[in-house]
Amino acid sequence: MREVYLDNSATTRAYDEVGELVKRVLCEDYGNPSSMHAKGIEGEKYIKEAKDTLAGLFKVQAKEIFFTSGGTESDNLALIGAARANKRAGNHLITSAIEHPAIINTMRYLEEEEGFRVTYLPVDRYGRIRLDALKDALCEDTILVSVMYVNNEVGSVQPIQEAAGIVKAYNKRILFHVDAVQGFGKYRIYPKRLKVDLCSISGHKIHGPKGTGALYIGEHVKIHPIVFGGEQQKNIRSGTENVPGIAGLSLAARMIYKNLDEKVDRMRTFKQYFISGVTQIENTAVHGLYDETSAPHIISVGFAGIRSEVLLHALEEKGIYVSSGSACSSNHPQVSGVLKGIGARQEFLDATLRFSMSEFTTREEMDYTLDTLYHIVPVLRKYTRR
Amino acid sequence: MRFSTFLLKYGEIGIKGKNRYLFEDALVRRVRHALSGADGSFRVYKSQARVYVDCEGEYDYEEVTDRLKRVFGLVGICPVVRLMDRGFEELKKDAVTYMDETYPDKKLTFKVETRRAKKTYPMNSMEISRDLGEAILHAFPDIRVDVHHPDVMLNVEVRTDGIYIYSRVIPGAGGMPVGTSGTAMLLLSGGIDSPVAGYMIAKRGVEIEAVYFHAPPYTSERAKQKVVDLAQIVSRYAGKLKLHVVNFTDIQLYIYDQCPHDELTIIMRRYMMRIAEHFARKDGCLGLITGESIAQVASQTMQSLAATDDVCQMPVYRPLIGFDKRDIVSLAEEIGTFETSIQPFEDCCTIFVAKHPVTKPKVDVIRHSEEKLAERIDELVKTAVETAEVIRIGE
Repeated sequence: MREVYLDNSATTRAYDEVGELVKRVLCEDYGNPSSMHAKGIEGEKYIKEAKDTLAGLFKVQAKEIFFTSGGTESDNLALIGAARANKRAGNHLITSAIEHPAIINTMRYLEEEEGFRVTYLPVDRYGRIRLDALKDALCEDTILVSVMYVNNEVGSVQPIQEAAGIVKAYNKRILFHVDAVQGFGKYRIYPKRLKVDLCSISGHKIHGPKGTGALYIGEHVKIHPIVFGGEQQKNIRSGTENVPGIAGLSLAARMIYKNLDEKVDRMRTFKQYFISGVTQIENTAVHGLYDETSAPHIISVGFAGIRSEVLLHALEEKGIYVSSGSACSSNHPQVSGVLKGIGARQEFLDATLRFSMSEFTTREEMDYTLDTLYHIVPVLRKYTRR
Repeated sequence: MRFSTFLLKYGEIGIKGKNRYLFEDALVRRVRHALSGADGSFRVYKSQARVYVDCEGEYDYEEVTDRLKRVFGLVGICPVVRLMDRGFEELKKDAVTYMDETYPDKKLTFKVETRRAKKTYPMNSMEISRDLGEAILHAFPDIRVDVHHPDVMLNVEVRTDGIYIYSRVIPGAGGMPVGTSGTAMLLLSGGIDSPVAGYMIAKRGVEIEAVYFHAPPYTSERAKQKVVDLAQIVSRYAGKLKLHVVNFTDIQLYIYDQCPHDELTIIMRRYMMRIAEHFARKDGCLGLITGESIAQVASQTMQSLAATDDVCQMPVYRPLIGFDKRDIVSLAEEIGTFETSIQPFEDCCTIFVAKHPVTKPKVDVIRHSEEKLAERIDELVKTAVETAEVIRIGE
């Protein structure tokens, strides 16, 4: 059976070259970068190369790049580390209501266990944070604002530059963190130009290895470690560096940014094409914006009258892999907070699928998916609970 | 002192007549099977109406006792210290050391009970008990003798291959060794009840097979994996089992198309029973097992149960029939299926449940509704049976 993978916001297939490189570093260049001998220096080279690569893509300094175990750890380090290090300046944090659980749950922890006050900004009907609410939320005590670059469920792109501008105009000492896990590899992100102090990315969303991620930490940012040990990475993130993973992350980053505009344009074309096809099915709704101001790779569609889980498995039977709502929360059959946040109609809350593309997605795959939907949606709608 | 042997006590088997050896042999087999995955090497044998497990070399005490506690047919598991016979004076010292190590708090009453299998031993069992008792009394001022209701019964067995000392009895699972009562087919859903029902019937010595009705895309692969996981847990008690996974979707949809919606569940269950019975017959089972309990849900009222039973030729065993949900839950927690059962995956019934299902179906009305299925149902059932997947659990 053919396989159509449209769940690239959950994770991606690694580039073949990444797989080969990771294996080579695991089995041949396996030295510990902290070792003093040549084998260790060999390992260190990969780290240095990876820092240079990411620094180049971000247009920042290599010493401002830190490697972690993934997007979640990067977010945790940014929020917990910065909040603790700056708590004497204030105890107020701001984020949005539609962040990834790696942000939301970390904020809740800081709120419940460490006495910080957190404001969760509302979003407009397209899933973008309300800048007026951000202005209102800022106060003397605010020390950190965290906003995602691209929402993982509906693909809305946040007005980062405007938001950071507002924050810095109010008080330039307030730190601005961006969770760019879904944006990296689709957009060119320049933290310094955006006035962003901290920026999280993940390897496995860009055809790199799972268990890899990075955090940009501006040179001036005061941050505490949240992991303690052998004082690697300037004691910000202890633990022997995941050299094969870091090498793989770096190669994937270089590869995904090659011909980026062309790749993004193609995804955008497919997105428009898919949306005009899928909306021919009755009682469907595309969530969020879907013009060029939205992420090129994420399409969120509600199919009234069909539980998303059932439609998901029906597509799976035809070899098509998608997510219901967000992959990260789909193990808990709870209604998506993001869909509620953007005011999606009740009938779509439990009936929405996310189709997410990669550079490997083809028009033919989109056609096959549309044809399958045309065929199975009416059948599934016939069998509902009466 | 180290426990190097387990003495296993069995209850009900003891009262069986001339075929007792069948039960004992089954028990030995079950114990061997239970220990087959444990670290260490074990010699399991029967001797003088007991079963012994000799542990050779290193083994993990917790692992071994946990496994033995799951063997049906055992009422007690006694960890034994096995000593070489080095004369009675040494035995006295060993008995004192045993008491000292086993009972840090000596404010207790005890009694020594001796069995002398090695008849050439220079003292008789009364003398051994008396003199060991005296030595222990001497050693610990707080300890007292109580021959009627002792806190600790110190058992000493003088055998040709050494002297066995034990006092602790870990309660066993009870029941009868699996493999002594025939085989039955369990209707296993992903819920709380059916694994417990399977456990209870296995406890009476019955070997288990299981059938699960899968309804893709309405139920996911994870729901199926959950049932496999549950079968795995049940097999820790019931031994190896064969799980039949039947694709039930087309039958469900056809019933949905043809029959009144308030009767969907009951008709669906009747087809599940028919298919389960088909596999049961094929594999020589003597009955079906379900986790039903009277009035728990609409399909488990007396009327619904009668309507389901209507299609079964075989006896249907419902060990939970008189249990409240909370009793079932505590059993499920005890045997370790509860956490798996409550994982939130859709099971095939929920989507097709009518908002107001019949609670008092009449058998003839249901039979009449089923006539509407005449055209295609036999063919659909045949396909479902033929395409069923068999998963072997616990091998």
